Amino acid sequence: MISFLIRRILSSIPVALAVIAICFLLVRLAPGSPFSSERALDPATQAMLETKYGLSGSLPTQLLRYASNLLHGDLGDSLKFRGRTVNEIIGQSLPRSLLLGSIAFTLALALGIPLGAWSAARQGKPSGAILNGLALLTLSIPTFILAPVTVLLFSFYIHLCPPAGWGSPSQLVLPALCLSLPFVGVCARLTRSGLLEVLGADFIRTARAKGVTEPNLVFLHALRPAILPLVAYAGPLAASILTGSLLIEETFAIPGIGQFFVSGVINRDVFLVSGVVLVYCLLLLFFNLMADWLTALLDPRISLSS
Amino acid sequence: MTLCRGIPGLLALLFSLLVFASCSSRPRADLIICNGAEPQSLDPAIISGQLEGRLTTALLEGLVRRDARARPVPGCAEKWTVYPDGRTYTFTLRPNLQWSNGDPLTAEDYRYSWLRALDPATGSPYSEILYFIVGAEDYHSGKVPASSVGIQVVDDRTLRVTLLNPTPFFPALTSFTTYLPVHRQTVEKYGDRWTRPENWVGNGPYRLLDWKINDRVSLEKNPLYHTPDRVALNRIDALAVNRASTAFNLYSGGQADVLLDKGLIPSLILPELRGRTDFHPGPLLATYFYRFQVTRPPFNDARIRRAFAIALDKEAITDKITRGNEPVATALCPRGMADYQPPEGHSSDPDTARGLLAQAGFPNGKDFPRVSLLYNKSELNEQLAIEIQAQWKRELGVTVELRNQEWATYLRSLDELDFDIARSSWVGDYDDPNTFLDCFVTGRGNNRTGWSDPTYDSLLSSALAEPNPARRLHLMQQAETILVTQALPIIPIYHFIGCLMFDPTKWAGLYPNLLDDHPFSEIKRAKN
Amino acid sequence: MKPRALHLCLAALAFLTLAAIFGPYFSPYSVDQISQTRLAPPDSAHWLGTDLHGRDLLTRLLFGARISLLVGLVGATISLFVGVTYGLISGYLGGRIDNAMMRFVDILYALPRIVLVIVLISLFDLKLKHLLDGTFLAPLASHARLLLLFVGLGMVEWLTLARIVRAQVLSIKERAFVLSARLIGQNTPTILFRQILPQVIPIVLTYLTLALPAVILEESFLSFLGLGVQAPLASWGTLLADGAALLNPIRTPWWLIVFPSLLLAFTLLLLNFLGDQLRKLQK
Repeated sequence: MISFLIRRILSSIPVALAVIAICFLLVRLAPGSPFSSERALDPATQAMLETKYGLSGSLPTQLLRYASNLLHGDLGDSLKFRGRTVNEIIGQSLPRSLLLGSIAFTLALALGIPLGAWSAARQGKPSGAILNGLALLTLSIPTFILAPVTVLLFSFYIHLCPPAGWGSPSQLVLPALCLSLPFVGVCARLTRSGLLEVLGADFIRTARAKGVTEPNLVFLHALRPAILPLVAYAGPLAASILTGSLLIEETFAIPGIGQFFVSGVINRDVFLVSGVVLVYCLLLLFFNLMADWLTALLDPRISLSS
Repeated sequence: MTLCRGIPGLLALLFSLLVFASCSSRPRADLIICNGAEPQSLDPAIISGQLEGRLTTALLEGLVRRDARARPVPGCAEKWTVYPDGRTYTFTLRPNLQWSNGDPLTAEDYRYSWLRALDPATGSPYSEILYFIVGAEDYHSGKVPASSVGIQVVDDRTLRVTLLNPTPFFPALTSFTTYLPVHRQTVEKYGDRWTRPENWVGNGPYRLLDWKINDRVSLEKNPLYHTPDRVALNRIDALAVNRASTAFNLYSGGQADVLLDKGLIPSLILPELRGRTDFHPGPLLATYFYRFQVTRPPFNDARIRRAFAIALDKEAITDKITRGNEPVATALCPRGMADYQPPEGHSSDPDTARGLLAQAGFPNGKDFPRVSLLYNKSELNEQLAIEIQAQWKRELGVTVELRNQEWATYLRSLDELDFDIARSSWVGDYDDPNTFLDCFVTGRGNNRTGWSDPTYDSLLSSALAEPNPARRLHLMQQAETILVTQALPIIPIYHFIGCLMFDPTKWAGLYPNLLDDHPFSEIKRAKN
Repeated sequence: MKPRALHLCLAALAFLTLAAIFGPYFSPYSVDQISQTRLAPPDSAHWLGTDLHGRDLLTRLLFGARISLLVGLVGATISLFVGVTYGLISGYLGGRIDNAMMRFVDILYALPRIVLVIVLISLFDLKLKHLLDGTFLAPLASHARLLLLFVGLGMVEWLTLARIVRAQVLSIKERAFVLSARLIGQNTPTILFRQILPQVIPIVLTYLTLALPAVILEESFLSFLGLGVQAPLASWGTLLADGAALLNPIRTPWWLIVFPSLLLAFTLLLLNFLGDQLRKLQK
């Protein structure tokens, strides 16, 4: 167990480094400059700014300069939000995204697994079909429709929650719901299909013959092996849900980290992008590790040391 | 199993703790404004956008400031005089001016700040706006020392500025953000980080209370401001909101009191809003236009450029797409600038357009080369491009391909002249036609068409040197006539309007104006 | 269950595909035809109403189906072949190779895909255009960017499936029937594709039907940023996004949101149903 952890953590280091390096180079390769705007900048100022922010010289030198700053824990300066460091931006926005994301992630699992399990238990009956249809429905509504419609419904037709903003618990309700809903469907579908597989297996037939009732069968015996695919999916899901989403943050005016993945690239704000990608990458590696560990825990046949 | 049952409860506890820890509740500010996107900076030398300008002018005050209708009024300077040559201004500061930390504010602070904005090491995108001052451009390019720049501190309260040309709008120009003062010790001590709330020192009607990224900038009345009684509201929050629909929702739901930007109002509902009392539209010093790449076929032919320009039905465009009653543009400069009458450009004339195209060798658009219309992707740009593409197809028989790019790629394509036709817009910085016409002087970075005309250049430079205001504007008008009636490297399409949204029974001191300048210090509660 | 349900579902999907391919030819309107009947609600002339430019929504939806179904198909196919094979191999071989292969997936997964697409488009857009111009594929030249978008989406769409398949394989390969197959000396490819693959098919089918909407929506997001479909063409995603932008508390042209949403939801429902039925058939 310990050796598995150590091995995985060690193998994660090159992954994080590779991600950062590739990301940095890709953003620098993309056409356009981080300093340009609708008003043209004179070339001397442009060159001065490039030198100031360590973006002069060849790409490898720039990368090396960035890497040596990284080793000192310095993620660099934002090029768009002048005077702000990437450390500061992430420090302010990440906790908000983590808060919202962890609520949404819990919601996705807490609603998705029972929904999937239920629709599997009622397989073949009308109620099962309805539950399954419900799960599909959450999947097929894109966030950019879901979020504004939710606001119209719950803030303007029924005055339940404020339409946007950050600062009070009531302002968390709608964005958390909208962030989680598409994944509720995925979780339900994965649970359902996993369960349907397992419910056909021998040990379930034995249990059923012994007279275990169907709901007990589903929730106590079958669920554990059946959620393996869900666990594999939940690793990356956790990482992406915890780092927020551009659409949700813009629609609900949430000052989170999710928008920087897109706006940072659009602005060619290379240090900011690399910084948030590093955060995402670390979360991804961590949750994938957790997922693999959970997989082994749930299915004794899998050994971690192999 | 008991463990499993305990987990949800534990999680719930954890969340509620997190929720309450993160949501510190400060009492609501007196006024909440939707200000647009997150400000890129609050350093007056660094910023270039309007939304940053609104915040910095609340935090810092120039020699001259703008009132609620954007008219120039004395700011930190109580009066100024101009020599008969029109080139030398002497500003006298108010007595006993103070920074927000209690330090005295003197003429030297202005000299330092202006030189700082000119210093290439500062990297100001707007240093050009100081080039009216003698020696400023040479200092920026490193040719002369700071002492050669025409900014002279006579005594603590007197600043003398020598200009290259007679510039009647210079005092008004000193209200512009690049001319705002900064506190030298703070800037030198904290470098780039001086704009943090904990480091901030300013001289404006407000001081910086808090600045949360992508959330809000909180301002608080500055007790050391020279006339604090003028400032009505104690605390103002400016929200960072990117999306029009979100800003409008916040406003409709009462979470924001004022929408300060037309970009924050969904254009679809402009016709519905027009009848409401809380909707305040007004003309704006800004123009939406298309550029041609004039250095290569087919648009190196002025007849073809003109054909494309007059084939358009611009009324249909503003009617159906922008929907805000925007004035149609036939010239680059909008109407309403002090005493300046822009030339009458071409109006819509599809028949002549077809004739011109036939003359140029493409009757009914036959065999016209493949050309594209470049725009950066946004809802409005795309809707306009679709409409204009259809009009050219209908009137000229020419199919123009649409080519959208994301922002940075689009800017690079503009700079490298890698386009046939490209969408653009320009917002005037000050109340003078030069702010528009200067763009198309040969070799200017903002030219971005490849167009060059010596007559145009010399008309503009003699206009700048002209001491007689009426003759000066006449020369400008002649230059613009060449631009929009003969050469046409651009097609002016419409002039923007500015829109404010606020309830006039609750708020006063906000007026639509050409510069779209709405000083926070002028906003007060309406008297009922 | 009844094969009738399966047939019905297949027929509906076939109808949708045919409508996408031939529908626009039967429409009296073209996809980019602007008219003066702007924002008209559904009536007898425009069955599903018109948009801001007076274009017929039904025609645009049918046309958009081409691009969206194609994007979905390409994404699903790449996921299927690359993702499943990769996951099978990684999971079965295990150990160091598995670790290395999964870390590679992690790297690709962590990179923001919009940078990938921007760089891909900026480096290859013009080159591809010129390349296609000279060949019989010339009509495709103006869609070079769309092709690159497919490539960009394909590059990342298989990653999740690879992880899911691998997790399944880790479990399956320890089961008795695989062990016995190994004991009797079957070679690795045979074991992988004959013994293990059938076991992971159900989860693959489920995931594919989940991935399809994700790809279709991903395309709309990239188009929204100016990296995908060029106006005046349309996809379901861009139609939905355009409709969503018009939502507001005062006046909303509901048909521009309801019809594209319904069509997308209906298609996904069909695909999911198909997945369910196929899985039953396989048993």
